Amino acid sequence: MATGIKDKVAILGMGCSNFGERWNDNAEDLMVEAFVEAIDDAGIEKDQIDAAWLGTGIEEQHVGKSAVPLSMALRLPYIPVTRVENYCASGSESFRGAVYAVASGACDIALAMGVEKLKDTGYGGLPQRNRGSVNDMLWANTSAPGSFAQLATAYTAKFGVDAKDLKRAMAHISIKSHDNGSKNPKAHLRNKITEDKVMNAPMIADPLGLFDCCGVSDGAACAIVTTPEIAKSLGKKDLVTIKAMQLAGSNGTEAQHNSWDGSYFATTRHAAARAYKEAGIDNPRKQISLFDVHDCFSITELVTMEDLYISEEGRAVNDIMDGFFDADGEIPCQIDGGLKCFGHPIGASGLRMIYEMYLQMNGRAGDRQRSNEPTIGMAHNLGGFPAQNICSLTIVGKDGV
Amino acid sequence: MNTGILAYGGYIPQSRLQRSEIAKAHNWFAPGLQGLAKGERAIASWDEDTVTMSVEAARDCLTGLDRDAVSAVYMASTTFPFQDRQNAGIVADALSLQSGIMTLDVGSSQRAGTSGLSIAMQNSAGSGKSTLLVTSDKRRTKAASPLEMTSGDGAAALLIGEGDVIARLLGSHTESVDFVDHYRDENNSYDYGWEERWVRDEGYMKIVPTAVNALLESSGVKADDITTFCFPVAMGRVAGTLAKNLGIPGSAVADNLQANCGEIGAAHAVVMLVHALEQAKPGDKILVAGFGQGCDALLFEATDALASFPARRGISGHLARRREETNYLRFVTQNNLLNVERGIRGEVDKVTGLSTLYRNKHMAQRFIGGICKTCGTPQFPKTKICVAPDCGEVGTQDDYPFADKISHIQSYTADKLTYSPDPPAYYGMINFEGGGRLMNDFCDIAPDFGVEVGMSMRLMFRVKDYDNNRGFRRYFWKATPTDEALASQKKSKGE
Repeated sequence: MATGIKDKVAILGMGCSNFGERWNDNAEDLMVEAFVEAIDDAGIEKDQIDAAWLGTGIEEQHVGKSAVPLSMALRLPYIPVTRVENYCASGSESFRGAVYAVASGACDIALAMGVEKLKDTGYGGLPQRNRGSVNDMLWANTSAPGSFAQLATAYTAKFGVDAKDLKRAMAHISIKSHDNGSKNPKAHLRNKITEDKVMNAPMIADPLGLFDCCGVSDGAACAIVTTPEIAKSLGKKDLVTIKAMQLAGSNGTEAQHNSWDGSYFATTRHAAARAYKEAGIDNPRKQISLFDVHDCFSITELVTMEDLYISEEGRAVNDIMDGFFDADGEIPCQIDGGLKCFGHPIGASGLRMIYEMYLQMNGRAGDRQRSNEPTIGMAHNLGGFPAQNICSLTIVGKDGV
Repeated sequence: MNTGILAYGGYIPQSRLQRSEIAKAHNWFAPGLQGLAKGERAIASWDEDTVTMSVEAARDCLTGLDRDAVSAVYMASTTFPFQDRQNAGIVADALSLQSGIMTLDVGSSQRAGTSGLSIAMQNSAGSGKSTLLVTSDKRRTKAASPLEMTSGDGAAALLIGEGDVIARLLGSHTESVDFVDHYRDENNSYDYGWEERWVRDEGYMKIVPTAVNALLESSGVKADDITTFCFPVAMGRVAGTLAKNLGIPGSAVADNLQANCGEIGAAHAVVMLVHALEQAKPGDKILVAGFGQGCDALLFEATDALASFPARRGISGHLARRREETNYLRFVTQNNLLNVERGIRGEVDKVTGLSTLYRNKHMAQRFIGGICKTCGTPQFPKTKICVAPDCGEVGTQDDYPFADKISHIQSYTADKLTYSPDPPAYYGMINFEGGGRLMNDFCDIAPDFGVEVGMSMRLMFRVKDYDNNRGFRRYFWKATPTDEALASQKKSKGE
């Protein structure tokens, strides 16, 4: 009988590079930046790391295949290294590899690295690529915003929400994230924005305008994990442990079976139910202190509030407009600025979210430190398209909570 | 037994470029075009070629008919997308016809359409076999050329055979004369033509009467018994003068569709014939002639069966499915007459593995999905394991054709980021009636009308991607609003 991951693994150290248009840095430079911070935070030597995972999504744009770019960049001492890729959840996937390795007892200390160097394409937005030789024959000519924009049309149709009210709630999401991001020195975008600006921005994919879309940037984030016992033996105090790690992948029901209505993420709902169970959470709206979700687009964040069972179905607009998810609200969402302000270097994003949870629980989040001390934090990482995706959830919290 | 036409169909693309806009753009350089600046011409969408237009005309033609009865497909055009890959074969595949049939491309002349019709008649006469003739053209024309003004894009289809024909063949005659009014060699994309007055006096006025008189004589029909004279020529009064010289009543001269469509190259004689059949009464005698290095002349008589021939869009219905286009630059850009900056997003390699295509041909070119034998769930694409969450049976799917299914929009977007030759790119999730769904590209969406959730859609055969590096193109099916959806949309917008 599986007992779950709860409290079996603790974070020993974390690091995160500055995110942005890092014109003068290679992916390897970004990895080193995150690694130096993480290993310093962990207080260990490189040769204490037993195994490492590299999460990256669009490797052909930067490091190429395998995990060798990681072991080369960090000069790792001939340890097991593995590259993982799972759409935009690749960073969380590397974390899962390291956490599971420690939990299994195969490793004492493991490292997870996520990196992406996206700003070498010559244009804004995510790289436009082939989707596989068979998929290219039948998949629609989609972009990421065009795929996620359809959540809005389906949501509007399902709940009878006025399209303008929905657009205003989406605007509030982006304004809130920019307010938060303005306080984060590592964020790519640190400007505040107004509702007028969001509502009147150029349309990218109807109804998503420019400010409904997250940025695209370069960045890396790194975690070093171990068992709580080893962490304590190394002198680590106020441990942050892993409470749950769940992942769900689409099986074609959404894309090919007429039962899905297009307004929500079936994967998120399945992963959330399992994650809460694993973490022993029965009322997430009361028990979660803060969370970072995969706000690739404002509408994604909006429906995710319902898919994570924080807002009731059809009620996310109300919670958002009530300020429930603002930095000073009940459960801050994207207190670091989110993908909206960090941009979305694919492999790095999931680890960047966990990094913020870790900082907040250690009281190290600077100007954006949540005043009532967070005890349970959740990172939600999503890859693919609403009809066909991967959802990864990581719940971390203070040891003993 | 009677040999003749068993069924007809037509296709005209939705967009109609206003000739006044073409003339306005060129007025500084070619003011002479003002004389042609009346009416509109049909223009193919960026994702249409003569194969896709032929498929649409053929689907229209085969409405309600057993496709397994088709024993040959002839395609006539002077603008085949492929020089060495049989175009008629792509049409036959898209129509899900069986493989044991003859397919053939007929080209190289503006009378390819009527020549194809003649050999289709010969193939079916006395054999009991049905021959599908499709003909389409999308002529490449230089900017500011008269042809740019007078040409149109479109297609027509005829099912030829014996028995209960709607029009029986009374006779035919062909004159082959190497009269070079224009030509295009293997190294050139555009026609080179000679003076119109010479073409008229020495070509039309001499070669056509020779062919028509020979036909009338052999078939024993008098010129003044002709009810309809289908002769494709854009030049004003030529058809009328020919009729007069031949003794054909002036009232018989058929509309050359110059006002609302333009001349569809090698297909135009057949397009006019289909248009004539749409209006004909039993007993009408329809003379159709095609001109090009000689002349084909064919004479038909409408039968009683025409009166009960089921309705279809045909040429008239497609002419009514119309959207006015006033942006000449869009036409120029989409026809590669202008070196446009398309952006780096447009550089994605659209390579098609030929083995991948062949293996998945029924999915991509025929739009055949699966239906689970165990639970009855239709699904696309057809896969090894049933998608129904409470089924999941392995290896239970039978072929299930979706191409003629109606669907409804569940969600959609108008995407300005993804590269499209005609932004914004419309696409969305469509749910097929009876089950099955696909996130699919839409086609022929007017941005001022858009689409809406719930809208009913039908599928059209289109170009999915052009691989400009290798000169290949792949086809797929895209969703477009049904006629009913378009009508109710127009009504609600007060048009």
